[in-house]
Amino acid sequence: MSKTNEVDNLPFQKFSPKKQYIVSVLSILLVASGCYFLSDLVGYRVVAFILLVTVSLIAMFFDIMPVLVAAILSALVWDFFFIPQKFTFAISSAEDLLMFLMYFVVALVNAVLTTKIRKIEKLANQKEEKENTLKLYNTLLNSLSHELRTPISTIIGATDNLQSMADKLSELNKYELISEISKASLQLDRQVGNLLNMSRLESGYIKPKNDWFDVNELIYDVLNQLKDELKNIPVHVAVKENLPLFKLDYGLVSQIVHNLVHNACTNIPKYAVITVRASCKQDKLVIVVEDTGHGFPEDEMEKVFEKFYRLKNSKTGGTGLGLSIVKGFVESMNGTVDLKNMPEGGAIFTIEIPSELSYINLNVKV
Amino acid sequence: MTGPLILVVDDEEQIRKLLEITLHTSDFSVKAAATAKEAIIMAKTNNPDLILLDIGLPDESGQEVLKKLRQWYTKPIIILSVQSDEENIIKALDNGANDYLVKPFRTGELLARIRSSIRGIIPQSLNTHVFNHELEIDYNLRAVKKNKEIVKLTATEYDLLVLFAKNEGRVLTHQYLLREVWGPGYVNQSQYLRVFIAQLRKKIETEPNQPEYILTESRVGYRFVAKDNF
Repeated sequence: MSKTNEVDNLPFQKFSPKKQYIVSVLSILLVASGCYFLSDLVGYRVVAFILLVTVSLIAMFFDIMPVLVAAILSALVWDFFFIPQKFTFAISSAEDLLMFLMYFVVALVNAVLTTKIRKIEKLANQKEEKENTLKLYNTLLNSLSHELRTPISTIIGATDNLQSMADKLSELNKYELISEISKASLQLDRQVGNLLNMSRLESGYIKPKNDWFDVNELIYDVLNQLKDELKNIPVHVAVKENLPLFKLDYGLVSQIVHNLVHNACTNIPKYAVITVRASCKQDKLVIVVEDTGHGFPEDEMEKVFEKFYRLKNSKTGGTGLGLSIVKGFVESMNGTVDLKNMPEGGAIFTIEIPSELSYINLNVKV
Repeated sequence: MTGPLILVVDDEEQIRKLLEITLHTSDFSVKAAATAKEAIIMAKTNNPDLILLDIGLPDESGQEVLKKLRQWYTKPIIILSVQSDEENIIKALDNGANDYLVKPFRTGELLARIRSSIRGIIPQSLNTHVFNHELEIDYNLRAVKKNKEIVKLTATEYDLLVLFAKNEGRVLTHQYLLREVWGPGYVNQSQYLRVFIAQLRKKIETEPNQPEYILTESRVGYRFVAKDNF
């Protein structure tokens, strides 16, 4: 978020101050020498305008000081090489002296004004950026209060019932209320986990701790963590034979797979199936999570990785954080994530993360 | 209430209350402490059979308490930690904790860990060991059988399995396993461990991808479990 508002829209702004001076001086000298060969054709007064245009162009891109240097230099060059009595600074006619002085003033004013305009533009951009951030926070608060309050309301309501009406409730009612409390608290736990991950991403705190792992083991570990959610959903695992070990952050990769599988299992219809695939492409770990559900609406596919974005027709229960965490974590490891709909329906997420590989030959005694 | 005595150390009253009720219901006796200072005093005066120790205490780091306790207290200590705190968990296991639970934990898991810790480590003098009526280790012959059929293990695989079997129910960190089986120079060579675990699972597990014996403890290590053993 913070990155975009510091960068000026102009690419030359990234030039170091030293480079800006050099480029300004060189462009004045270059334009002046070009004009020198043309001065017989166009006359020395036109040259003044050409030089002015050059200064204006420099002012559009560079800081104030290099622009002032260019302005002064161009005035001196014009005086020395172009105004009659060439190769002296002396100016013989009063008309030329006036021209020279005006040139000087126009060039300076030009330089100062252009930089001012750019400053104002920058401020306006920053303001817009701030407004966007504020909007994002409002979305966050709305989403948070809804997604946290729903399970909290369930817990408070259900416990109130159990405390004050215990003798009126049937055993079945009690059991149902208790299982609602249990579901709500697990949901709360998940939301808090998501928020923690999101704030780790936002603060730039994520530093991958890479270590060797077996991707087959990782996938089954994640499926085991999700066994309650996957009770009624068949999951196929297709891991390529003889995959190498990968050296990546186990926690980040397993959270990525966790979120993708959890996202699939909360969004697919009954009778749909989830498949998790893993393979190695050149020096990349490739993990694919696909389902046989309805897929994503084409016009929303770009947005699903945005923070707090939820599909227009989605059920409640999600924070709109899961997939943006996937994207953030994948990118923190210089990887890519891609979402497509399959022609026969269903969504397919493909993760590719560059990694060191290790093939250990077990026949060698270690 | 004459069951084993458990000392609960946690600064949050809610958690202490919850644990007291849960443990009482499962026939344990319970004492509770809220600070590190109290914990040390109560451990000395009551000599509990097991300590549940929260790693984030207000007055002193749980790691320090753990080190102090371990100077004389030899019975099991299970630490309670918060999510995504693997570094602290590994440190605590290195400092002598027997096991860990991550908050929020499920009651079933808590009781299973407590029972398995109290049951303790199997005496090393046994000649053979049978797990779940099917997996047999004969320490004299260095032979392993699954359903009465010999399982061919390399020397390293055998050492790894024996280390697991002798620490049944206990989580062993990656570094610990590498140090014990391969040697102190190998603690960072986690790729060996990954490969040998996969290999050992293929040989002793009925379903290598859904292991019953060698369980993965994400980012921390492995735990060998058996429902029955003799």
